[in-house]
Amino acid sequence: MGQRYFGEPIRRTEDIRLTTGQGHYLDDIGAGQPVLEAAFLRSPHANARIRSIDIADALDVEGVRAIYLYEDLTGPVAEPLPVLIPHPALTAPRTPYALAKDRVHHVGQAVAMVVAENRYLAEDAAQRIVVDYEVLPAVATLDMARAAERHAHDDVPDNISAHLLQTVGDLDAGFAKATHTLEFDLHVERSASTPLEGKGVYAKWDADDSSLRVYSSTQASTSVRAAIAAKLEIPLLKVEVIAPDVGGGFGVKIAHPWPEEIMVPFAAIRLGQPVKWAEDRREHFISSSHERGQDHHVRVGFDDEGVITALDVLFYHDNGAFTPYGIINPIITSTQLLGPYKPGAYRVDFYSMYTNTVQVTPYRGAGRPQGVFVMERTMDKIAQALGKDRAEVRAANFIQPDEFPYDQGLIFQDGRPLIYDSGNYPHQLTILKDMIGWDDMAARRADAASRGKLLGVGMACYVEGTGVGPYEGAHVHIQTDGTVDVATGLTSQGQGHQTMLAQITADELGVPFEKVRVVTGDTRRFGYAVGTFASRTAVMSGSAVALAARAARAKALRVAANALECDEGDLEIVDGVVQMKGAPDTKIDLGTVAVLSNPLRYAFDKAAQAATQFQGVDDFDKPPVAEDDEPGLEGKDYYSPPRSTFASGMHAAIVEIDPETFDIHIDKYFVVHDCGRLVNPMIVAGQVHGGVAQGIGGALYEKMEYDDDGQLQNASFMDFLMPYVTEIPQKELGELELGHQETPSPLNPIGVKGAGEAGVIPVSALIASAIEDAVGFPIDSMPISPNGLYRLHERFAAGELPRVEHYAASPPAAKRARRGAATRTKKSADTPS
Amino acid sequence: MKPAPFRMYAPHTVAQAVATLAALEAEGQHAKVLAGGQSLVPVLAMRLAEPGHLVDINGIAGLDSIDVSSAGVRVGALVRHAELLRHAAANRVQPLLGQALNLVAHATIRNRGTTVGSLAHADPSGEMTAVLALTGGSVTAVSVRGEREIPAAEFFVGPLESSLAADELAVSAFFPAAPAGAGTAFVEMARRHGDYALSGVGAVVIPGRSGDEGAPAIDVRCGFLSVSETPLVLDLSDAWAAGEDSVMAAVRAAIEPQDDIHASADYRRHITGILAVRAIREALANAGNGQGDEQWEATA
Repeated sequence: MGQRYFGEPIRRTEDIRLTTGQGHYLDDIGAGQPVLEAAFLRSPHANARIRSIDIADALDVEGVRAIYLYEDLTGPVAEPLPVLIPHPALTAPRTPYALAKDRVHHVGQAVAMVVAENRYLAEDAAQRIVVDYEVLPAVATLDMARAAERHAHDDVPDNISAHLLQTVGDLDAGFAKATHTLEFDLHVERSASTPLEGKGVYAKWDADDSSLRVYSSTQASTSVRAAIAAKLEIPLLKVEVIAPDVGGGFGVKIAHPWPEEIMVPFAAIRLGQPVKWAEDRREHFISSSHERGQDHHVRVGFDDEGVITALDVLFYHDNGAFTPYGIINPIITSTQLLGPYKPGAYRVDFYSMYTNTVQVTPYRGAGRPQGVFVMERTMDKIAQALGKDRAEVRAANFIQPDEFPYDQGLIFQDGRPLIYDSGNYPHQLTILKDMIGWDDMAARRADAASRGKLLGVGMACYVEGTGVGPYEGAHVHIQTDGTVDVATGLTSQGQGHQTMLAQITADELGVPFEKVRVVTGDTRRFGYAVGTFASRTAVMSGSAVALAARAARAKALRVAANALECDEGDLEIVDGVVQMKGAPDTKIDLGTVAVLSNPLRYAFDKAAQAATQFQGVDDFDKPPVAEDDEPGLEGKDYYSPPRSTFASGMHAAIVEIDPETFDIHIDKYFVVHDCGRLVNPMIVAGQVHGGVAQGIGGALYEKMEYDDDGQLQNASFMDFLMPYVTEIPQKELGELELGHQETPSPLNPIGVKGAGEAGVIPVSALIASAIEDAVGFPIDSMPISPNGLYRLHERFAAGELPRVEHYAASPPAAKRARRGAATRTKKSADTPS
Repeated sequence: MKPAPFRMYAPHTVAQAVATLAALEAEGQHAKVLAGGQSLVPVLAMRLAEPGHLVDINGIAGLDSIDVSSAGVRVGALVRHAELLRHAAANRVQPLLGQALNLVAHATIRNRGTTVGSLAHADPSGEMTAVLALTGGSVTAVSVRGEREIPAAEFFVGPLESSLAADELAVSAFFPAAPAGAGTAFVEMARRHGDYALSGVGAVVIPGRSGDEGAPAIDVRCGFLSVSETPLVLDLSDAWAAGEDSVMAAVRAAIEPQDDIHASADYRRHITGILAVRAIREALANAGNGQGDEQWEATA
């Protein structure tokens, strides 16, 4: 055996390049060459009719090459952008036009496109365009949407885009069986992916070849290509779309085609010159996508042990002004809410609502953080009502290890049954409790108290459906110099795909890792793909790469066996050399095998001579390339899973609250993560750590602040508070601990589950739990700021909020006394069903 | 996010700079002085301001010095926050400088942003505006009409508004030395490390000054940021003598915080009282640790 790479914490091959300024991002494309640049005039109003647009003054700006309005659009470009994921429950889908026709539905919607010699001039001109708007009252919040006194779209009077109800089991029987019921509301605010690099598009039309090359900072280059070809009516094979280095996506770049992805190529073709648009930060805030805003109402019935007999959830999802991505987010909330638990009966009912705000499409976690917030807060409330340990109540509701595959009885976001493939939740919880010292926090609490601080602990569990289909493919090409080119159509945004996919390839082929080159997201190299989202790269492309590499390996062995005149079963590939098992002196380089695999007439270099026609032939009755074979040493294959794999995680944190200023500090953070087999533990750790950072953003800092007119008040990094490194627990400082459990997925050839979104999902839930534990009043809305905590404290002090006291494990004697007290509080916490 | 067109000037002397400012003003042109650019450039990029002319003073020699004497610290217009922060002598003479500068944004911004520039920007959320007011410092302004020294109390006239005339260039600021035996501290609360403070308090205490009949035993003064339109300074000696609750009450009554998306006025009022007490306690501890004596020796 040569070196194995799968499972090794190999340093990311991308990093030297990306961290030393050698990356090549969208705005680097065409640098130093004459490129026209675009700026978009965007609506300053949340809801308005366009009466007229006057561009005369703008055209006077020197250097302006073109100004496009809706009236300049023709054919499919003049039609609304596509509804990417239709659903029968999505009865009133709405998408924007590439440029607003006669109506704008949110601040930031593109109204006009200016193309000029540079972006400065384009912005100068955009400023001079005069638009006469008839301003309409805006639907700025979910409350306003529900009230339906104002309308985000004239023809959707109830502001409802979709309504979906799913039920599993007999809810009434479940509530009848319950000995306790609780009913409460939970709220999660709107945040956004906010990658450091915004969106961007560069398009170059080749008039000689009638072909279009487009670079886009996207998570789905193949689908962007199809959309551009369809909209601009260009044959698909004449359109190339390449995702260059992409500076983060986190979901926002899976939505497509953006107006700019159509308009930039549209302008490049008309002007016969390359055109570029690189989104600026303000544009990103007001014209990309947001996510997470949801209001939930929960009714839960449970028995004396805390086992849930019935769970009834109604929620309202704020989908913003448009629904290009269908109702994927609320479907994920409604299904993933269940996590590692098996309630006796479950009903979930949601309404997806229009507001005059930026459209909502998936952001890392995609509906799961809200679902987990609902389920985990419910678990905490059950524990509080029964005076039980929060961990104990969770454990009482777990799906057990011998119950897999476990069918939750719902339809998941991929349109397929929600069946968990594998997991071990009780063990995972044990690991977490040991890490944090869950059963013995007394010393920590005392220490915090001595420093005048309130200490709280919280935990949250989740299950994440990852690696959704329909498919991904890969191409593995062994070159004559022994190097290996791998291509997958799925894109990369800095996750380390090049490294991870090279590890899989190297192992499958038996070549050194350094010999493998990986290309992602380039439609010239691989035309069929779905995209990078839903924690699916390792599962989907990883599996496809493994299968394609196996195909290439099989062919290599066959060709080598022929050359070495032996049975291919006697051969193995070690460090890039095909050799006889047990007799490694009988060998042939993989590069030479590649030469031999391609019968040649012409020797274009020295190595190629070996494959030319006078070098000896074994059988003159056979054609040089067999009937069912093809020249070259390549493998191409696709992986299409029956359904998603289900990763899981359990997080816990210790927080300290300043009881005077209500400052919130995360003292320690713990993660136990299970994504099946780990291809590269270092990359997984990085993904989880980064996810936790984003989750902390969502829990404590990030909130889109819309006023009642639908104006976003914090459309900059000065006022939208993405956490800095100073706000995030650091592994190096002992503030973050990461543990793994591996329950391999039986669904794919490499046993992996997705890891990309994991870290972000439970953070709001457990931070709320920990803060509640510290302050002693309920935390039912996230994010929470010191100001918000102060306000809740004032209400608590005024008797408007109940006291929350979470069970804390203590020495046995004290424990009994405490339980007695807790049981008494239980009755008052219950509400009649 | 690209600035509107502007004309750029690069004077090599203060005389050239102020002549340019005077000429532009005479023509009725809107000009801004560019030093570190940490506030101005983002505002230009977002087209929140569109001055037609920028006078870049970075090429002027002699504006980058820090002069320390027993009287105090004079800081030139091109001294970056980071330089002042690491200037040991300046911080011995007036420890509030470093205590506050540590809280000014982040290292990259401190490397470029200038202390005098932040004063001229007159942001009531700025740490250094609060320090200038609390220490009773001044700004020296030059124009073709001559030079004048503007005391802090007259320099800040409103949010983002100083008493600098359109043709004047702030060439330096003077921060008086901490009094003998004094202790100082600067505390603030921000949403994220380095953000504009929700509230901040600088304190100067001088223990053992009971010379005057009936005067409080400890002289206590605090400067506040983010809770008033211009930097606010309060003499809290009597309140401190009456107890911490009196300090909190006095502070909460005197400030005029505003609501914004990061915090309500109520919350700001609440924490400012807390922060004032903490700043005073910390300043007293620093005085007790000999901070005041050390300063005095350094300047004597």
